[in-house]
Amino acid sequence: MTANLANPMAARDHARGMAGKVAEAMPVLPPVAVDLPDGVSSDDLLWEETIASGGYATRRLARGARLRLIDLRGDACASLLVFNAELPTERLNVADTVKVQWNAYLGAGKLLLSDMGRVLMSFLEDGAGTHDSFCGTSNPGSNAAKYGNGANSGPTPSGRDRFLLGVAKHGLQRRDVHPCVNLFKGARIEADGRIVPQIGPFAPERSLTLRAEMDVIVVIANCPHVLDPRKDYSVTPLRATAWRGPITPTDDPVRTATPEGLRAFENVEDYFRR
Amino acid sequence: MSADIHLSGLSGSVVHDAIVPARAPWLHHVAAGQTLRIVDLEGNQAVDFLLYSAEDDAERYSAQDTVAAQGNLFLRKGTVLRSNEGRPMMTIATTTVEYHDTIGGACSCESNTLRYGHHTKAEHACVENFLEANLLEGRGKRDIVSNINFFMNVPVEPDGSLGIVDGISAPGLSVDLRAEMDVIVVVSNCPQINNPCNGFNPTPVRMIVAA
Repeated sequence: MTANLANPMAARDHARGMAGKVAEAMPVLPPVAVDLPDGVSSDDLLWEETIASGGYATRRLARGARLRLIDLRGDACASLLVFNAELPTERLNVADTVKVQWNAYLGAGKLLLSDMGRVLMSFLEDGAGTHDSFCGTSNPGSNAAKYGNGANSGPTPSGRDRFLLGVAKHGLQRRDVHPCVNLFKGARIEADGRIVPQIGPFAPERSLTLRAEMDVIVVIANCPHVLDPRKDYSVTPLRATAWRGPITPTDDPVRTATPEGLRAFENVEDYFRR
Repeated sequence: MSADIHLSGLSGSVVHDAIVPARAPWLHHVAAGQTLRIVDLEGNQAVDFLLYSAEDDAERYSAQDTVAAQGNLFLRKGTVLRSNEGRPMMTIATTTVEYHDTIGGACSCESNTLRYGHHTKAEHACVENFLEANLLEGRGKRDIVSNINFFMNVPVEPDGSLGIVDGISAPGLSVDLRAEMDVIVVVSNCPQINNPCNGFNPTPVRMIVAA
């Protein structure tokens, strides 16, 4: 094999010979999805990618875009960072998200709030119901202790290190990796503060749909939940699909559901008044 | 000469002793091995608190790493305050308040508009204090992450309902924090007047460092 690739043209032909190969975890370009919701045109499809077990992906999404995540085989954990794409010093604030909504548990109708009093994304649909706004993701030390290795270059990378690479691809740095939310893996809180993780594995094909309420950068890491009790690095692929959609109208039920949420939308609308 | 009751049980010599006025920021470097005592002088005064590694301030307090590592949301005696690298930054050596909060975050002008209305946007807020203090050392908005609220009470109900409720602190209660590395402590003595975190009346707190 090596001898056959001793000249550049042979190496080129070898590389080109891979064209058309299909892997489970890969983006589809241009995007194709046969299961778009009723009323969504394939012309509006923006992104179709399956994120590997232990992998990550990032995407810039315009205001109004919908992002559907599907836990294909029931053991994905979508750890999520969200930035204002225009000015990424504005980012998801997990504390404000739970405090302003007077509730710790994410789900349909809930908002992901920024540190500037605005709604970055909202939950349109949630077929999972098990999410976590408290535990954050694994770091290299916690994965090294659990699996023997936590490095990006190893077999069991941490969510935090996937985030570092993800944010770096948008020009961001270590200090931009902010507290995250975990989707599909949950955490319930007991009266004494104890965290009860909800790890599953769950039924395959659970899905949720988020709506971008601002132009956002999403960074998604798909690594085992930090409190996953299993000794092996257990995680399955995560599918991401995004399509264009209308900007939230004033009578939208998610926008008007609570006075606090309504003011977060009004702050967004004020931001875009230009 | 009467003994200073706020120094009771604090070992070592006092190397720093300051009153943080109501509503004000405070920044101080605490060396590994030193103990920082925070005294809630008048009771139910939220002390919003961030930590940075003095050696590398991209390493900072991480509420999520801290609660995940101990499997519990509440910060009690023995809680290790961890960084975004999972490393111990400080340990709660002792506290006369049963537990402290790290999920409620800091008030900001912007979140005040959501929680109370736009008429509160002009009020002073913890994030303003965090920014002002951090800017002195070249840190900025990206460095402000989920913080600790000493002396603040945020229970989570079975349905996920949560809120800042009446405090469980009282005049003279305190928390002692032992530094496990050289740290930069950034505090906002919370100016909030629209919820019970300060009993609707911000008051001074005392910061004592012993070595």
